[in-house]
Amino acid sequence: MSSPVIRVSGIRKTYGTTVAVDDVSFEVQPGEIFGLIGPNGAGKTTTMECVEGLRQPERGRIEVFGLDPTRDARALQDRIGVQLQEAQLQKRIKVWEAVDLWASLYPTTVDGDRLLDQLGLTEKRDAWFMTLSGGQKQRLFIALALINDPELVFLDELTTGLDPQARRAIWDLVRDIRERGTTVFLTTHLMEEAERLCDHVAIIEHGRIIDHDTPAGLVRRHCPERTVVVATAHDDAASRFRALPSVDTVTSEDTRLRVRGCGDDLVTEVIHCLSEHRMRVTEFRTEEPTLEDVFLKLTGRSIRD
Amino acid sequence: MDVFRPLRGLCKLTWLEIKIFVREPMGFIGSVAIPVLMFVVLSRMLGRRLGEGTSEIFIQLRVGLPVVAAVFIAINTVLSLVAIISIYREGGILKRLRATPLGPVTILVTHVLVKLILTAVTVILMLLAGRRFYPAGADVPVVAFTLALLLSTWSILSIGFIIASVVRTARFAPPLGSLVLSSMLPFAFSGLLPFELPPSMQAVSRFIPLTYAVSLLSGIWQGDPWSAHLGDVAALVVVFAVCTLIASRLFRWE
Repeated sequence: MSSPVIRVSGIRKTYGTTVAVDDVSFEVQPGEIFGLIGPNGAGKTTTMECVEGLRQPERGRIEVFGLDPTRDARALQDRIGVQLQEAQLQKRIKVWEAVDLWASLYPTTVDGDRLLDQLGLTEKRDAWFMTLSGGQKQRLFIALALINDPELVFLDELTTGLDPQARRAIWDLVRDIRERGTTVFLTTHLMEEAERLCDHVAIIEHGRIIDHDTPAGLVRRHCPERTVVVATAHDDAASRFRALPSVDTVTSEDTRLRVRGCGDDLVTEVIHCLSEHRMRVTEFRTEEPTLEDVFLKLTGRSIRD
Repeated sequence: MDVFRPLRGLCKLTWLEIKIFVREPMGFIGSVAIPVLMFVVLSRMLGRRLGEGTSEIFIQLRVGLPVVAAVFIAINTVLSLVAIISIYREGGILKRLRATPLGPVTILVTHVLVKLILTAVTVILMLLAGRRFYPAGADVPVVAFTLALLLSTWSILSIGFIIASVVRTARFAPPLGSLVLSSMLPFAFSGLLPFELPPSMQAVSRFIPLTYAVSLLSGIWQGDPWSAHLGDVAALVVVFAVCTLIASRLFRWE
């Protein structure tokens, strides 16, 4: 395995008496999308800004490409791209001017016009920043983060406040960044975003990492239960399902039965049972647990609380 | 390593900030157009009487009016800096720029440069207008007066940085800046008055940075050599050094 792009070991950061981040450790591997997920105020942005070199942790160690983000800031800045949470630009700066300014700051850059084209901003080239929509602003910030052809990109709450359509468009762009071979480190409080984008995630709560793994790995370990919802008029359906080895509980809601259980064979067993007993089915679907359920299980509360 | 990169970034950002400033109609009109227009209007209204008047008050006004106008340009500049720094900080623009290779010093130097360039443009426009309308404007040392104003502005900009550092919101920074600077004016202009201030006010005026700016500007306007105002120059440099040191300790990027 190649050495990690980011290595964070036991960092702690406080603001006055408030502990924002405590004993946080994780690694980000080259070429992956790594997500730091958690509710607002959990310490995601502080952690990310420590890794970017914008904040200095009081304790612990951070290495990015083997460099210290604070001490070696100059050397590091050429290799990373940064999108900050809730950042703005000058109201009357034009899109092309921002890209041109950013391009002048780095030794190696990609073609700014081509980048704007790839991000669907060509038509807005001469528009002032203040006239852009939320999605266009975020795409511009992505352009600025990519102008120096970075090896690592930081994206902090990239899609917060965007409508679902703009959010999905941004997700496609993030996947494109990974396709170029660039490592992506993002923060989000949107579990769907993390599930759809991230190769690995770390869940942070009250400034501490409470677990990390692939999204599927977290779900498998913490929420192995699956649910099959079946609508059938067959009288013996519930008792037949209860007899299946993988089934834990069967509850009835109107004409539907909710069959809960663990293991990969649950769905196969239910289908086999339906077929064997020739039960007529008017609805059949499965419900998979999500990262949202994992968060609920680990913290006892919803991430939206 | 490309040693010219920071310089390139500085030039680019400075030019960009000037363009952005000009695109802001109210800022441009308030900082450049209104001071020049007011000077022209006052000159036209008082011009003939000022030129012909021989009493002490007319002589004082011939020097005082341009100096007052110049100091107001400087104060406008400082208030504009206070506003822009606090707006940029509140909007996360400073933080976003800081996350680039530009470096904190370059970002702040850019804003000082932009303000000094706009001050120079305004005062030169004022002096050119003065040559046409103002009775005592024909033999004014334009370059020396502009340099004196730039030095004064540069010095009191550091006071602006302290104000921009300590005030948390963009809403309150300009009014506080205005209060601090305008409260200095009665003391600063004491040297231009046709009568002497009480000793206590004179003592206070010696601790007011603007006093030295007014003294330098009025001396240069009257044709004094720089060597006659080395004390004023030294005081302005000390004000800059002390205030910059304080601002660097207090400055917040977000």
